[in-house]
Amino acid sequence: MGFLTYLINGLSLGSVYAIIALGYTMVYGIAKMLNFAHGDVIMIGAYLVFMTMTGSGMPVVVSIVISIICCTALGMLIEKVAYKPLRKATNLAVLITAIGVSYFLQNMALLIFGSNPISFTSVITWQGITLAGGQLKINGVTIITIITCLIIMVALMWFVKHTKPGQAMRAVSEDRDAATLMGINVNGTISLTFAIGSGLAAIAGALLCSSYPVLTPYTGSMPGIKAFTAAVFGGIGSIPGALIGGLLLGIIENLAKAYISSQLADAIVFAVLIIVLLVKPTGILGKQTKEKV
Amino acid sequence: MKNLNKSTQKLLTTIGLIVVLYLVVTIMEATGNLSSLMGGLMVPVCAFSLVAVGLNLCVGYLGELSLGHAGFMCVGAFTSAFFSKVFMNTIPDVPRFILAFIIGTAMAALFGFLIAIPVLRLSGDYLAIVTLAFGEIIKNVINTLYVGIDGNGVHVSIKDMLSLGMEPGGQVIVNGAQGITGTPRQSTFLISVVLLIIVLILTYNFVHSRTGRAVQAIRDNQIAAETVGLPITKYKLIAFTLSAGIAGVGGVLFAHNISSIQATTNTFGYNMSIMILVYVVLGGIGNFRGSIIATAVLYLLPELLRGMQNYRMLIYSIVLIVLMLFNWAPGILKWREKHGFTAAALSQKFGKKKKEVQ
Amino acid sequence: MSLLEVSSLGISFGGLRAVDEFNLKIEKGELYGLIGPNGAGKTTVFNMLTGIYKPTDGKIFLDGKDITGKKTADINKAGIARTFQNIRLFGDQSVLDNVKIGLHNSFDYSTATGIFRLPKYFSVEKDMDKKALEILSVFGLDKEADVLASNLPYGKQRQLEIARALATNPSLLLLDEPAAGMNPNETKDLMDTIALIRKEFGVTILLIEHDMKLVSGICEKLTVLNFGRVLSQGETSTVLNDPEVIKAYLGE
Repeated sequence: MGFLTYLINGLSLGSVYAIIALGYTMVYGIAKMLNFAHGDVIMIGAYLVFMTMTGSGMPVVVSIVISIICCTALGMLIEKVAYKPLRKATNLAVLITAIGVSYFLQNMALLIFGSNPISFTSVITWQGITLAGGQLKINGVTIITIITCLIIMVALMWFVKHTKPGQAMRAVSEDRDAATLMGINVNGTISLTFAIGSGLAAIAGALLCSSYPVLTPYTGSMPGIKAFTAAVFGGIGSIPGALIGGLLLGIIENLAKAYISSQLADAIVFAVLIIVLLVKPTGILGKQTKEKV
Repeated sequence: MKNLNKSTQKLLTTIGLIVVLYLVVTIMEATGNLSSLMGGLMVPVCAFSLVAVGLNLCVGYLGELSLGHAGFMCVGAFTSAFFSKVFMNTIPDVPRFILAFIIGTAMAALFGFLIAIPVLRLSGDYLAIVTLAFGEIIKNVINTLYVGIDGNGVHVSIKDMLSLGMEPGGQVIVNGAQGITGTPRQSTFLISVVLLIIVLILTYNFVHSRTGRAVQAIRDNQIAAETVGLPITKYKLIAFTLSAGIAGVGGVLFAHNISSIQATTNTFGYNMSIMILVYVVLGGIGNFRGSIIATAVLYLLPELLRGMQNYRMLIYSIVLIVLMLFNWAPGILKWREKHGFTAAALSQKFGKKKKEVQ
Repeated sequence: MSLLEVSSLGISFGGLRAVDEFNLKIEKGELYGLIGPNGAGKTTVFNMLTGIYKPTDGKIFLDGKDITGKKTADINKAGIARTFQNIRLFGDQSVLDNVKIGLHNSFDYSTATGIFRLPKYFSVEKDMDKKALEILSVFGLDKEADVLASNLPYGKQRQLEIARALATNPSLLLLDEPAAGMNPNETKDLMDTIALIRKEFGVTILLIEHDMKLVSGICEKLTVLNFGRVLSQGETSTVLNDPEVIKAYLGE
């Protein structure tokens, strides 16, 4: 039963990674940039939920909606102020700017919320279920996290495939110049991508802190890096890839913690990533592109 | 050949600049015009400058983005600190310090080499993420590493101190997350500056050698480089190994400046790798002098802003974003050209300002 | 023995047969033209000859040695050098350095010698400079030795690419549309240059070209490709009068 518990908890953690990884993978696919600040949007989202729910006593749903709206706006604002002017600059310049934005968000949070860790009240009060005669207990948070992740994935895949803005997204990610020539509003599409990614980050923040209830201004940073790893793992630019990468990463991390060494878990996760990339250089579901001579 | 002269001139100016800055800081220190806090930052500035130079060789000349250079710095720091501590009482100070440098640099280079073999098959963002992963693995493993020495020899464990099974009287050298404590503090500002200059000259020589040209050819156009008969992997390996070795030199300096080192996210993790990348990009990709100046300014900036307490890192981040937009945004570049704020015009202005400050 | 002998060369990309049953014989010293409509597979042939693509079928012999499927760098060492349709120079390096990179395998000193500037560094570098300038002067580029390659005008970039290829001391030089984007005057200069390098370097040349004037003016033999297959092959005048070729070029 121990193994099953670890596996299910790994799935739950992996679901959070997958939701965060979506933000990375969509932005990378469409704007061809690593949005290093994405992890910090998660942290802001978690603080917003904490403030509205625990601080002002609002109902859970309302506070999550507020958090989603604020993060969406934040994501779009960041894109407009910091990234949009650099659209035609080198990738490295955009990367460094994203790092600057990440520092900015962390230190803004530090000023507003202080450096003391906040103990986060779970957004999910359901205790969960007990199976196999009390031997296997699954927390409500765990179940809700996994279900939320699956719903988001299905919805997003449907959105990208069957709606006009979704098709525009695919077109821009395929070939930005050609999309422009076809009359697609590229700036609007990129902005929409940031909006969706950041809105999802708010959900990820609430779920992450419900499972791991310690919130500091640096909470988003490491999960952010790992989720990015997950996106690369699954094949960056691919939505199902983010799901697979996220889930695998979460499971590997939890099993490594349980059976090998909790301190070496991160090293093991990264080692697996390296091995996957060496065998399949563009990730599990990534597409191979070759330079034309 | 005129070209060569021009870049030689640039190297000499950079060395001159370093020497002048060294003298200014030393004089300020002697006359009591430099806070001890600032004085204490001089060796780290040189150490990080070295890592930045190493990373710039990788980013600017090999053309590959590495997010794991703090890992190589970490290897240099820990292997040399380990060596210095083990032989603290058996080898005299000076030869031990020199040996520590050789060992730290060689080990960092060796790690660079071993990592490069698989990593260089990838390119672009994939290479960046794998170097990041390697950096994290190095940090993580060192964090869980316990090494002790007693009469029976060396004991290694990745669990805890007790599992080392040491005899009484044995000495724990590497103590897990506590790292290594009690390293001799031998790095002085003078040694740092001399090392920085030596590394600069050797790096310059490398870039302007047959191998350096091949490396840059591969960066500029790999397919063309292959068709003129260059062995791509060999030269990529050489450049990456050198780059890691230089980061290792920085690590040795750093480790012997403070008496205890730990492998935390901020000292040797991806945060530090990213910091150094920021120095490299802001200083100018491929521009070693720029790397050093950017390191000095950005490393000291938070200290200079210390009076502003909580706002300093916020200001730092805003400065970073604004600088990037100012330097790279096509719209702003156009505006600058129109209003005479081009790099040439600004460097003239800044040049004057710098002299006034000194 | 022919310098280059290609038999039944073929390559497929997925289900697409890009080149099929391609045969070619080039004798030492010849100037050979490879022509054909757009998309006929000419550049693909070059890419297979230089090892950038691995052929699916067939064999390539250079001077009697089998070089099929070898690495690009090794094929260059065996004696094939090339230029590209879309110029591929080392843009951030000087004109001189571009040629010196071409000379890379003809001169040698170790990486350590370079880093520590041992005496050998200076003597070899001096020899390399001399040789590189010699090659550049053939193209009249020696005065621009210090200019960044990317700052050269278009026509000179093409010439530099040829100079760089020649620096690798090839027995066979492949030129991929050397006159692309050139005006008639520049094309004429190019024809002179090609004649000159044949004389100076004694090199065999295979070129892809669309400019019929250039082709009929300098090529001794031709192969016409159409839809990945050889349409006609032989002496230039015979090939150009082949009704099949005329049909392929002018349509029916």
